[in-house]
Amino acid sequence: MDSELRELYQQVILDHNKSPRNFKKLEDANHHAEGHNPLCGDHLDVYLQLENDVVKDISFIGNGCAISKSSASLMTAIVKGKTKEEAEHLFEKFHDLVTGNLKDANEIEALGKLAVFQGVQEFPARVKCASLAWHTLHNALNNKEEKISTE
Amino acid sequence: MIKDLKLLDVHKIRKDFPILHTTVHGKPLVYFDNAATTQKPLCVIQKEEEYYKTLNSNIHRGVHSLSQKATTAYEQAREKVLRFINASRLSEIIITKGTTDSINLVASSFGKKFIKEGDEIIISHLEHHSNIVPWQLLCEEKKAVLKVIPINDKGEIIFEAFEKLISEKTKFISVVYVSNSLGTVNPVKEIIQLAHSKNIPVLIDAAQAIQHFKIDVQGLDCDFLAFSGHKLYAPTGVGILYGKEKYLEDMPPYQGGGDMIESVTFEKTTYNSLPYKFEAGTPNIAGVIGMGMAIDYLNELGMDLISSYEKDLFEYANAKLSAVEKLKPIGTADQKLSVFSFMLEGIHPHDIGTILDFDGIAIRTGHHCTQPVMQRFGIPATARISISFYNTKEEIDFTADALKKVFEVFG
Ligand SMILES: Cc1ncc(COP(=O)(O)O)c(C=O)c1O
Repeated sequence: MDSELRELYQQVILDHNKSPRNFKKLEDANHHAEGHNPLCGDHLDVYLQLENDVVKDISFIGNGCAISKSSASLMTAIVKGKTKEEAEHLFEKFHDLVTGNLKDANEIEALGKLAVFQGVQEFPARVKCASLAWHTLHNALNNKEEKISTE
Repeated sequence: MIKDLKLLDVHKIRKDFPILHTTVHGKPLVYFDNAATTQKPLCVIQKEEEYYKTLNSNIHRGVHSLSQKATTAYEQAREKVLRFINASRLSEIIITKGTTDSINLVASSFGKKFIKEGDEIIISHLEHHSNIVPWQLLCEEKKAVLKVIPINDKGEIIFEAFEKLISEKTKFISVVYVSNSLGTVNPVKEIIQLAHSKNIPVLIDAAQAIQHFKIDVQGLDCDFLAFSGHKLYAPTGVGILYGKEKYLEDMPPYQGGGDMIESVTFEKTTYNSLPYKFEAGTPNIAGVIGMGMAIDYLNELGMDLISSYEKDLFEYANAKLSAVEKLKPIGTADQKLSVFSFMLEGIHPHDIGTILDFDGIAIRTGHHCTQPVMQRFGIPATARISISFYNTKEEIDFTADALKKVFEVFG
């Protein structure tokens, strides 16, 4: 099999695609946003429980390709417990990574498991898939009006 | 009949299409995204180039020789379209930017004049967004009502439901001839007959039909027919709206500008005659002349031979691809052509698209601008293989094998 393809569909990605983490609706969420990629019909909801700007809990549901689903899954795992600011910073770095603008090996390593998405930069058509969850998280973090009621 | 014995020589035909000899990821291109756009034969490419090299000038506007020659070449293309769809009057052949433009023209112009509050317009559940949204915009503006013919689980329209939808209030019907996401061929002749028994005009979206079989607008008796040049082996940015004169005459201009007028004063402007009334501004002249060339090319091959070759190839593809393990075809209409939409169990269509691309195979993945069809089947997207007469059985075999590889990647 082509190595570039293997680079894209790494085991971690396939694993998170098959059994996504935090894949449910968070009943006591106080922030929520909906992400949609009209080009391909990918759709996901991110739910947050934010307390004093710390992500206490996070989940997602939705439908998408292996790249978008595993990206959402890994994102929820990594963002849990982080502050809003830290999460936004990770988004920035992640975006640089998948668009091929993060070159520094230390910075890439600092992304931990997210580094598996480095292969995406070879596939410009798939950058949107990888970053959909992060854009949605960004909206959820900044979107108090979209608070979902929990009564 | 001797003609029946003639077969298309696909290997010879492939030589006419330069792009089919390029590579993708180091593999020969296998182009199966023909419903999105078709590739262009060399003669069409050369025709455009020749226009810019030897004829370039504006049409209908100059006394100089070059302008006259360009005008002649442009108008010859219109005549070729007329013969290609067996229309009877040049006044009924309006040159547009494409199917979307053609449908918007009718929705806007016919709608402005003839649609009133409470009127009903019927479309089908199979429509491309370009045959939904213009009507929604019109209905919103006029407080008219959009009615949708439902489809069954095979992806065929339910004719009895259509019969029930038609009423005194129905003022227009616009339906697709061949579905771009499922390949379903609609019974447009029956639809037109029933509509005409109640004096309702019908537009046929022939974007996915015109390149696959002979269309005779007089035989069909449609009131409007829309299609795009770029799906007919011609350049992008050109298309056709065929319309019956009896409607076109009464319809107001769509856009105002040069070419579409007879005389302009600040007090009153009178409009040019058909078809120019609907052709404002400088068009894609080279593209239109290229479309004329594409039609010559198709006539040379013969539309009947194209149809029979594609029918045979499609049956082969259908059987071969349906046999791939864990593959589920989407849309299983009895009357179906060119388009094979499918899902692979547990794998999102995008991933299929990326993995096939590595073998040089170009397919479309997504909702194909038919989100209501996706909603009807409860899926976000499909993978779609759409064939042309330059595709081969070997390419189908190669693709079937590549699909098995998708499962290897996903383990
Ligand atoms: C059935 C159908 N209608 C309309 C269109 C729109 O054509 P265009 O984008 O060329 O205007 C398409 C193109 O995908 C189509 O397949």
